[in-house]
Amino acid sequence: MASEHFARPAPPAQVPMAPVPYEVRSQTAETDDTATLVLAPADGTHVPPARPGQFNMVYVFGVGEAAISLSGDASDSTVIVHTVRAAGRITEAIVRASAGQALGVRGPYGRGWPMDLARGKDVVLMAGGLGLPPLRPVLYEMLRHREQYGRIEVMLGARTPKDLVYYPEIQSWRHRADLRFQVTVDAAGRDWYGDVGLVTARIPDARFEPANTVAFLCGPEIMMKNSARDLEARGVPATAIWLSMERNMKCAVALCGHCQYGPDFVCRDGPVFRYREIRDRLSCREV
Amino acid sequence: MTAPAVGDHLRMDRRDFSTFLAALQSSGYRVVGPTIRDGAIVYGDIRAETDLPIGWTERQEAGTYRLERRADAALFGYVVGPHSWKKYLFPAHERLWTARREGTSFAVTPEPVDETRYAFVGMRACEIAALDVTDKVFLGGVRDPGYEARRTRALRIAVQCGQAGGTCFCVSMGTGPGVTHGYDLSLTEVLEGSRHEFLIAVGSEAGAAVLASVPVQSAGPDLDRTAERIVSTTAASMGRTMETVGLRDLLLSQPDHPAWDRVAKRCLSCTNCTMACPTCFCHTTEEVPSLEADQTERWRRWDSCFNLEFTKLHTASVRTSGMSRYRQWLTHKLGSWHDQFGMSGCVGCGRCITWCPVGIDITEEVSALRTPAPRAAVGAPR
Amino acid sequence: MSESAPAGLRVGDHAFFEGLDAQLLREAQRLASERHFNAGDWIVRDGDPATAFFLVFHGKVALEVATAEKPHLTIQTVGPGEVLGWSWLVPPYLWRLDARALKPTQTLALDAVAFRKVLGAHPAQGFEFLERLLPIVAQRLENTQIQLLDIHGL
Repeated sequence: MASEHFARPAPPAQVPMAPVPYEVRSQTAETDDTATLVLAPADGTHVPPARPGQFNMVYVFGVGEAAISLSGDASDSTVIVHTVRAAGRITEAIVRASAGQALGVRGPYGRGWPMDLARGKDVVLMAGGLGLPPLRPVLYEMLRHREQYGRIEVMLGARTPKDLVYYPEIQSWRHRADLRFQVTVDAAGRDWYGDVGLVTARIPDARFEPANTVAFLCGPEIMMKNSARDLEARGVPATAIWLSMERNMKCAVALCGHCQYGPDFVCRDGPVFRYREIRDRLSCREV
Repeated sequence: MTAPAVGDHLRMDRRDFSTFLAALQSSGYRVVGPTIRDGAIVYGDIRAETDLPIGWTERQEAGTYRLERRADAALFGYVVGPHSWKKYLFPAHERLWTARREGTSFAVTPEPVDETRYAFVGMRACEIAALDVTDKVFLGGVRDPGYEARRTRALRIAVQCGQAGGTCFCVSMGTGPGVTHGYDLSLTEVLEGSRHEFLIAVGSEAGAAVLASVPVQSAGPDLDRTAERIVSTTAASMGRTMETVGLRDLLLSQPDHPAWDRVAKRCLSCTNCTMACPTCFCHTTEEVPSLEADQTERWRRWDSCFNLEFTKLHTASVRTSGMSRYRQWLTHKLGSWHDQFGMSGCVGCGRCITWCPVGIDITEEVSALRTPAPRAAVGAPR
Repeated sequence: MSESAPAGLRVGDHAFFEGLDAQLLREAQRLASERHFNAGDWIVRDGDPATAFFLVFHGKVALEVATAEKPHLTIQTVGPGEVLGWSWLVPPYLWRLDARALKPTQTLALDAVAFRKVLGAHPAQGFEFLERLLPIVAQRLENTQIQLLDIHGL
């Protein structure tokens, strides 16, 4: 099936590996360890066109760079948005960046979500934890052209309620009548009235026509693996389920070899993959 | 005689080799080639022909490399040492850019183009094949500026192998020992009795230009036949063989074959094989800030899929077991390389066998994987 | 907690029993009584005899475990169309956690001691029933695995 997904995006017209200075416009804390940054090119130019699901290499002067998914509105050519969890030295420095500071950006890289294949279909978006940020551009795009899609079911899983990012926005999505947004946490205290359990446990109850559905999954590998399994069991074809994979990345241009996943370079051939193509790898250890 | 031209087959007397080296130097090339250092034939700068390993050869077996005297004074009477030409085209440590703070922002200056014109003297057929592979890696997609700069300026002076090494299997990989393409000049050293000369095939204008000031004559069919005989003798004495039919599928379809666990028990994850391999291209990046923190540099350094940190993701690595790392290396080299680059990543040079401290032999491991894994044996005590 | 008139909820209308053997449905209906809970009500308590099998029709129930550090940790929620409890099938037939209504919740409670005997007396139907119950146990197990892996905390 031809899709814009398979059209290899032209590598960004920049010197490979050289970051371009961007200015931090704002930094907003999402959770204890996660923040959302809004960045604009320091030279006042437009940001390069990007598609939902692509990522940038975000650089901190003197520290290093990390692969971070685009999580803002892909149609906005004035700023880029990244939601980052402080999980190491570099991401900690990114999360700590404050307004006015310069960060480096190169990208966008990779193959994004096949938005064209979702048009006219029911859409299932399943996110685990920080898997929501890479799917947020999908939601923005679909809500902007809501009439082009069938039912939209969003299922979000998180560790605990305090680990939820975009909390106010989630509440506004949950109030919309043109999509269903379910949130499930692994465990909660008494201050949580929502669902607790597996995000996959919401699948039987989700409303979509399996044979006419496209599903985008992003989250911890085991969450995506289990979700894809259960979606397929409900009748969604393995060709219509897409996963965003994560591997160690250094160069983002398929040169450094770090992100190899079987025959694929996650940075170039992914990060979004069709479930049918990677199903065997998902069940093989240490690939 | 008329000026040398592409396609010519010429002869050059051994005594004129110094003239040939001088012609390369005076043409502006930085001449690099085989030389003896630390008990091995490695690649380094060649200022005079005495830098070459004249009269030396090496004995290679799994985990073994030893220099030995030859009975003659051959210039290229060895096979391949631990180095490969990738150390020039894709240096083990290379600066990519420098950045300097400017107010609240910073400015990035890419590394200037490396204008060095290398003359690689003594490229073996397997090394020409390795160049095909690294060209595909570094120039087939996003082009690596450093590699491209050096590669496009480099002069490739091949030498057909007059003997096979103990760990060689280029015949199996279809990469040698005859040099068929990808050279500017291809030499065959002919050393029979008192006769010591070179047959030279001219592969490019750049190669022909170098020969303009070197005494060469038309080779004649006799010398061509001698060269063919030398190459076919070498081909018949390969130290190793590898069955390549269906190899990609064999590797990719057997992630649980017990052979992986067996080899993992011997593998030290020392990364020697990946450093010695002429096609292994994996690298990492390093940020090197100045003490004043007003300037910083981005470097890249050879990395290896055998390093635990290679697949580090958040708090843990994806490939933690030695088994999975060896499996990744071999499956990539001989299997998924085909998917990525349309060719095998192995050229049959044997370096990974020779330089493995415990003597793991890639050809033996392929044979082991060809032995069907008994279903019951998978997961059973071994 | 309140017991209501027998007219309302029917076993056969619950997703869990949908399509099961008609005779089994009749037996289950005979053993069922409607139980309604207000938000905050305890439905079952850890260590109590597991004498009921609850079919949830409306509302939401939290399954809680308690430790000194986390006295009210919800590990799963159960909603409409789902069932609560399998401890009544596993000796020594005691509840292994607390269940509390998060909102007004309407259930049918089956007399589990009697129903266990019914299932034993009709092995074929009993097996079919267990085939439906076991996935719920498996899901709890998978949930426990996910919590153990702490996958989102990586």
